[in-house]
Amino acid sequence: MIAQLTLIERQHAIMISAAIALLGGLMILAGRDDLMGVHGALISAASIIMIFRIGGSYYAPPPSEDRLRHYYDDPSKVGIVLSMMWVVVGLAVGDWVAWQLVNPDLTFGAGWSSFGRLRPVHTTSVIFGFGGNALIATSFYVLQRTSRARLPDQVTPWFVLFGYNLFCLLAVTGYMMGITQSKEYAEPEWYTDLWLVVVWVTYFILYLRTLARRKEPHIYVSNWYYMAFILVVAMLHIVNNLAVPVSIGHAKSYSAFSGVQDAMTQWWYGHNAVAFFLTAGFLGMMYYFLPMRAGRPIYSYRMSIISFWGITFFYMWAGSHHLHFTALPQWVQTLGMTFSLMLLIPSWASAGNVLLTLNGAWDKVRDDATLRFMMVAGVFYGLTTFEGSFMAIRSVNSLSHYTDWTIGHVHAGALGWVAMITFGSIYACVPWLWKRERMYSPKLIEAHFWLALAGTVIYVFAMWNSGIVQGLMWRTYNESGTLAYSFVDTLVAMHPYYIARAVGGLLFLIGGCLGAYNVWKTIKLPGTAAEHAGDLPQHVVLGAGIPQAAE
Amino acid sequence: MAVEHPDRDAYTGYLTTGHEWSGLKELNTPVPRVLYFFLTLAFLFSVGYWVLMPAWPLGVTYTKGLLGIDQRKLVAASLQDAALERSVWTKRIETEDFAAIQSDARLMTIVRETGHTLFGNNCAACHGADARGGPGFPNLTTNSWLWGGKPEDVFNTIRVGVNSAHPDTHVSQMPAFGRDQMLPRQDVIKVARFIYSLSHPRADDVDPAAIAAGKAIFAANCVACHGADAKGNPELGAPNLTDRFWIYGGDFDTIDTTVWGGRQGHMPTWESRLSQLDRKILTLYLVDKRIPPE
Repeated sequence: MIAQLTLIERQHAIMISAAIALLGGLMILAGRDDLMGVHGALISAASIIMIFRIGGSYYAPPPSEDRLRHYYDDPSKVGIVLSMMWVVVGLAVGDWVAWQLVNPDLTFGAGWSSFGRLRPVHTTSVIFGFGGNALIATSFYVLQRTSRARLPDQVTPWFVLFGYNLFCLLAVTGYMMGITQSKEYAEPEWYTDLWLVVVWVTYFILYLRTLARRKEPHIYVSNWYYMAFILVVAMLHIVNNLAVPVSIGHAKSYSAFSGVQDAMTQWWYGHNAVAFFLTAGFLGMMYYFLPMRAGRPIYSYRMSIISFWGITFFYMWAGSHHLHFTALPQWVQTLGMTFSLMLLIPSWASAGNVLLTLNGAWDKVRDDATLRFMMVAGVFYGLTTFEGSFMAIRSVNSLSHYTDWTIGHVHAGALGWVAMITFGSIYACVPWLWKRERMYSPKLIEAHFWLALAGTVIYVFAMWNSGIVQGLMWRTYNESGTLAYSFVDTLVAMHPYYIARAVGGLLFLIGGCLGAYNVWKTIKLPGTAAEHAGDLPQHVVLGAGIPQAAE
Repeated sequence: MAVEHPDRDAYTGYLTTGHEWSGLKELNTPVPRVLYFFLTLAFLFSVGYWVLMPAWPLGVTYTKGLLGIDQRKLVAASLQDAALERSVWTKRIETEDFAAIQSDARLMTIVRETGHTLFGNNCAACHGADARGGPGFPNLTTNSWLWGGKPEDVFNTIRVGVNSAHPDTHVSQMPAFGRDQMLPRQDVIKVARFIYSLSHPRADDVDPAAIAAGKAIFAANCVACHGADAKGNPELGAPNLTDRFWIYGGDFDTIDTTVWGGRQGHMPTWESRLSQLDRKILTLYLVDKRIPPE
């Protein structure tokens, strides 16, 4: 890894790590009476380890110029390994909190283990740890290949990847200590947020620098989506996290927004995090790995354009459907609902485009669990976007809002769409990255597929039942005109579904563990395969029969 | 076709766009008509909805919509309707006395339905969904009421709470006889044995001499609140020690702990959190739920 860095890059890496260590030191000093000091120590320790790692290989022989004839894939490799580590942790914590809902006493009486603290550990680990690392890793991979350009330098990608993982680590350790700004999916406090801004802007600049070096005249669809993902997430993150810390030495901060403005900003953020983190980024992944694995051209370039601009334009307006029947002025709710409805068309155009791409390759879908992961992801994407638009309708929302239906909807998207496309892409990408003939065990992929599908279906059905039962109980009146059920009554009714949900989650977790094991064993497989098609920036002839990009 | 176009996809027959990215191509398939159709449909629906409902901001105001619908007015109106509909019986519960309501089967049906929800949402967290209490929280289905079991007493307890912030709150404290050195350790054990024997008259593992010693200590220290017969005093919230109902537990160890370390329970005041009607329904609900005396 470090041997690939030139001497000057090693120096830069050490200087950057030293600067971060210093920053951590200042945080220890300023936050010595606060939990922020613990995070300062964590930051310092992480950067000092990094300095020692680089220092240990400082005098290693410099890399050969030959490296520039290949894509720079080391960050993608590490990103995928990190992604698989986060998914095991994130799913395990998720299933644990699902069992906590079945039995609320599973807390050992300790603050860190309470549902309120562990639940964001789950969401952050799976969305940002698993999803984010997979997005960063695959975006580097796809960007270089579809641009036929190597990443411009060898330090920035590492800064982005490790910096991002430091953010995730600060976030989840903070939650367990009770550091949170209580904004869903934006829980980390101000200094962690600021750190992510630095990392994320660097990521965006790195993306632009690579694109500027591209040797292809056109920018491939995947890159539109990855760019939208990076750009809009930066925008959302910065605006929603505007806050004033109580002092420079304290973790606690107060939001710049209050009341209904705060709610609207939060859900503008929250819904567009779904749109641009959990949709746009993963569509970028799907637009590359699905046609690549299927060996088919994208069904329609024109549909790609319509869906991309439709999705980016309509999503921006949809956030207020999270605040139907609240203090938010009704006109804002109307706009949220109508734009959510219109959003369905480009969403389905996207899903249709990728599923129609499989025409002519359905035999592969049948035989190849990796491609099947991606196909099912496309189906769940279509189902979830339909459900989302449906739930945005006021009258439907009056039943579904605040119930488990929402949880079911989110997991249809997160498990069925986001996780499935990621697992499919990782299974496709790992042998290409590590130059292996194939994954260690296709049987394990097959097992993973069925566990993931069964887990998702059980989860989603359990939550549909639970949510609709809950919603109906809340609105049932006695003849005398008073509510028929207390909140406790609804919990009793939901208990069996909670057990089913936790079982579904357990299946999904077992699948994730199989995936991590399979990836690990593939990396450890001996021997290398030939370069994957189009795996070299230059038009060098690797051998007969390998298709090369034609200009 | 005599000559196959190099950019034509054999399966679909469509041309590609002519670009290629590391082996990836895209077809130039036209956008299906149905997509434009549904996009137009969704847009037209939205325009219709915007015309009818509050929709677009106009500086300091917004388009109100032709239907003139306003969610706040709708809520206010439906709350008013609901109140009106309920007033048939709410007025009677508010004005009639407990005995009159209790003898009206129709009203009591409403009390049971509504009381169930009120109790579940406000009381069950401590007293349990079945009102049978738990360690530290009294069982409300017994006849053993700390502050009196008449409807008026229960109503008042709900209103003011116990050791609460209400100015008229019930105040009660069981002193820590052992910890605060009012009784030596041996005497705490003796009196605890005596108290235990009150609710366990058949316990044969207890030495009669020890009980007699405990009884003397009880007479000197406990009767002021719990009474000479140990049957408690609802004026002071002192529990009856002779029955089988216990707040903190009636086994010897728990009684010993209670005498040693004292107790001071807490119940919030509900005067500002529940309406008088709701509190009256809860009172009737609890009195009705009570298990008849054995």
